[in-house]
Amino acid sequence: MKIIDAKNGSTLTVALEGRLDTTTAPQLEESMKTKLSGVTELIFDFANLEYISSAGLRILLSMQKIMNHQGSMKITHVNEIVMEVFEVTGFTDILTIE
Amino acid sequence: MKTLTVAAQLKEIETLTDFVNEELENYMCPMKTQMQIAVALDEILANIVHYAYPDNPDGKMSVTVSKKDNKIILVFADNGIPYNPLTHEDPDTTLSAEDRQIGGLGIFLVKKTMDSCDYQYLNGQNILTLTKNF
Repeated sequence: MKIIDAKNGSTLTVALEGRLDTTTAPQLEESMKTKLSGVTELIFDFANLEYISSAGLRILLSMQKIMNHQGSMKITHVNEIVMEVFEVTGFTDILTIE
Repeated sequence: MKTLTVAAQLKEIETLTDFVNEELENYMCPMKTQMQIAVALDEILANIVHYAYPDNPDGKMSVTVSKKDNKIILVFADNGIPYNPLTHEDPDTTLSAEDRQIGGLGIFLVKKTMDSCDYQYLNGQNILTLTKNF
């Protein structure tokens, strides 16, 4: 999986390419650790994300909890497969998806 | 019908997914179904690694793929600790982010996206059978 960041002021956009699964989720978790300081708007761009498993959901949940305290988070360009995973698990109610 | 045996380790996910996808393509299985099955593979492998072989890096698992009419049948087998993932209580999907528990989501996802899930402990093996219609 590729992680591509773009920072603009206090807005951080993180674009993911590939699969967010058991093996790649730790990579994202590690990479996000140091990036959220001072960020008030976090945007995940899923245009090139093929699919997500529960390991990826766990990270999105913990990111959402952090951003609930320091600003906002949204997820953009979600494909049909990823959207189904969000719907089935009730994550559509937790996350802001555009 | 084809069977692949791999080490029960997370790093085998690519080998496992590639093997299953190749079969699914032979069956002319639609892309959406392939992706749903790929997510299920990830969840089941993670379960086997964590629960069947918690302290055994030498554990092995196999996956068998077959097709009957318009149904894909996936059979996972391992020789680890007897463990039925289907008895795991479903998570409450209505809770807020703050109250959400992180456990149990994976197998819940599998139950929701596959058409049937069945577990047996037979001849010292955990055997999990998933089917998906397409």
